Amino acid sequence: MLTFLAYIVLTIFVLGFLSRIFVYARSPAPLKIATTPAPTTVSGVAWRLFTEVVFFNSLFKSDKLAWAGGLAFHGAMAVVLIRHLRYFCDPLPAFVAPLQIFGIVAGIVMAGALAFLLLRRLVFERVKYISSKADYLFLVLLLAIAGSGLLMDFALRPSIVDIKSHMLSMWRSVTGLPPIGSAGDVMFLLHLLLVGLLLVVFPFSKLMHAGGIFFSPTRNQVDNPREKKHVTPWAKS
Amino acid sequence: MADYHVPVVGDDIKTPDLKTGTMAHLHPYPATAKHMDPMGFPGERVENWQQKGIEKLGELLKKYRSLQVYLDICVKCGACTDKCHYYLGTQDPNNMPVMRAELMRSVYRRYFTPAGKLVPGLVNAADFDEETLGKWFTYFHQCSQCRRCSVFCPFGIDTAEITMAAREIMNAIGVGHKYSVEIIGKVHQIGNNLGIPKPALKGTLEFLEEEILDSTGYDVRIPLDQEGADVLLVAPSADFFSEPHIQSLMGYAKVFHQAGISFTISSYASEAANFGMFIGSYDQQKKIAKRVVEQARDLKVKRLVVGECGHAWRVAYAFWNTLNGPFDFLDPRYPAPQHICEFTHDLLNRGALTLDKEANDSFRVTFHDSCNVARATRMGPKAGGQFEIPRDLIRASCNHYVDMDEDTIREKTFCCGGGGGLLTDELMDLRIRGVQPRVTALKRVMESDKVNFMALICAICKAQFTKVLPMYGIPMEMVGGVHQLVSNAIQLGVKKGVV
Repeated sequence: MLTFLAYIVLTIFVLGFLSRIFVYARSPAPLKIATTPAPTTVSGVAWRLFTEVVFFNSLFKSDKLAWAGGLAFHGAMAVVLIRHLRYFCDPLPAFVAPLQIFGIVAGIVMAGALAFLLLRRLVFERVKYISSKADYLFLVLLLAIAGSGLLMDFALRPSIVDIKSHMLSMWRSVTGLPPIGSAGDVMFLLHLLLVGLLLVVFPFSKLMHAGGIFFSPTRNQVDNPREKKHVTPWAKS
Repeated sequence: MADYHVPVVGDDIKTPDLKTGTMAHLHPYPATAKHMDPMGFPGERVENWQQKGIEKLGELLKKYRSLQVYLDICVKCGACTDKCHYYLGTQDPNNMPVMRAELMRSVYRRYFTPAGKLVPGLVNAADFDEETLGKWFTYFHQCSQCRRCSVFCPFGIDTAEITMAAREIMNAIGVGHKYSVEIIGKVHQIGNNLGIPKPALKGTLEFLEEEILDSTGYDVRIPLDQEGADVLLVAPSADFFSEPHIQSLMGYAKVFHQAGISFTISSYASEAANFGMFIGSYDQQKKIAKRVVEQARDLKVKRLVVGECGHAWRVAYAFWNTLNGPFDFLDPRYPAPQHICEFTHDLLNRGALTLDKEANDSFRVTFHDSCNVARATRMGPKAGGQFEIPRDLIRASCNHYVDMDEDTIREKTFCCGGGGGLLTDELMDLRIRGVQPRVTALKRVMESDKVNFMALICAICKAQFTKVLPMYGIPMEMVGGVHQLVSNAIQLGVKKGVV
């Protein structure tokens, strides 16, 4: 049953995400509104987006604490996700195995950064003022995911081999539950459930900033309105 | 004159504590049927305004990727909360860019997202009701669309796009702001924002020609509606009547005269400004800009040059080609349109102008980057030319130049407090408070470097500063155009013509 659920969750996530991206891609940008100074070439724009996505360039200019916390969280999460390939790939790609120790460190950094971001929301007057319940819940959810993951590494080891074989046998036991023999197994279930929750709400929430940033006209437009007439269909008339 | 609250100016721009509702009282004058009807907007609030407003929002979401993406992807990181001059000057949390956008985002969530429909309380979704509309009318008229927040947002979220959409939605349900709508009406009726008819325009240009003759001894012409001139000069109409704008107009004329390039002003398109942008109306922007293109064709000019006006330059530089281009009937050797600073800079580089810096020796100059020029346009071939070209002109025209604090210039510049359709008396309280960050940086160079002249290239900035700086004890004569300095320094008759 777990595997069954996992596939439903993945379907919602993938289709939901793609449909939002489709909406962004389909909606026209009738006027050139790049925030200048902006690159005057396509390769320049690619570099601008790259630095925004990888280094959080604009955020660095505006808020050093949010930048540090945000970059630490996203970077660490990237390493943790790569390390998770070991649970999904067989045979394991050669580059993943040596990442084991970095993955663990990254897990700790990720949880630390999330705690910092949560604290920041609670402590700084202006950030607190703008935060909705949902903003806190996302951080708590991510923190719970990171925390349950770390706990499995350090304290409550689940019987991962049994669980894996159960999940691979999904079609034989659509209604069956995975073996629960230890606190670690419970922790694993919790971890999986929380990740599922995150993936389900992802396409319908602010987490869409992940794909949306590539469609931000102030960042992805080439600054060449005089050189090249920019036209979108609805504005043609 | 009413008693205004003039904020205290310290040594540094400090982020103040939140104080809820400090600007909730400031209501712009609503437009009446007299202003709205000619524009095709409902003359009064339509009966089913909630439904119509939500429909309009849905329509705009499909028309503008910026709006759709920006309503979706804000993570509320808070990086923008201390970036808006109106927040810094008023302490009102609704003037933090994220909260201003939230006024629309909460409505968007309620009607267009599953979370807002299912659990409105959890995600701060709000009905489009009387209270929300009231806040929209108030706070979307406390944004000058300066885009400073978009520079600092990690996703480039541009509050100006959201403000424009909000104003467009409000106009669609008959809730307009008198100032902008009335002015657009004047452009269509008379040809310019100030409503100057042709005879008056002709008179003032003749008067200025005499003025230049008296002060320099040179017969510098400012032609009107002259067919076959090389250049159509499109200046903000304030350049014809207001101080210090008029000084720049005389500066442009001297540059044309000295370069030996014929030019004309058009009475039909006697306005560079385009308030269609302020109300977010694509159609109005296009219609207003069309007057210029028609005149360029009718007068058979070879080039289009735009005078010192910030948002006008944005519309001209970034939108004209899209709205009414291509400009393939103009001389392809020059950018179309060209900014007057680009024009003068080019002539200077080619050796066509002689500038005597000593003529401005009584001035110690700084430069205020106007938001639309700085963050929405370019000059010259290189990114950032919009910062360097005006500064080059100033440095070529005077001996003493100094920049203000680097966090308040170039793309990080602070708005004058009067842009985006807010240059109206009923919003004076906002305008005075909104200029505070700029005044702080200015006062510092006044003290450290004895600066006594702030040059700039925007008609709205000029009008705003001359009005509000005196409230901070700074004389209004301290403000003027870049071409005012050029006008003082230019040596007429030294050599003539350009190859």
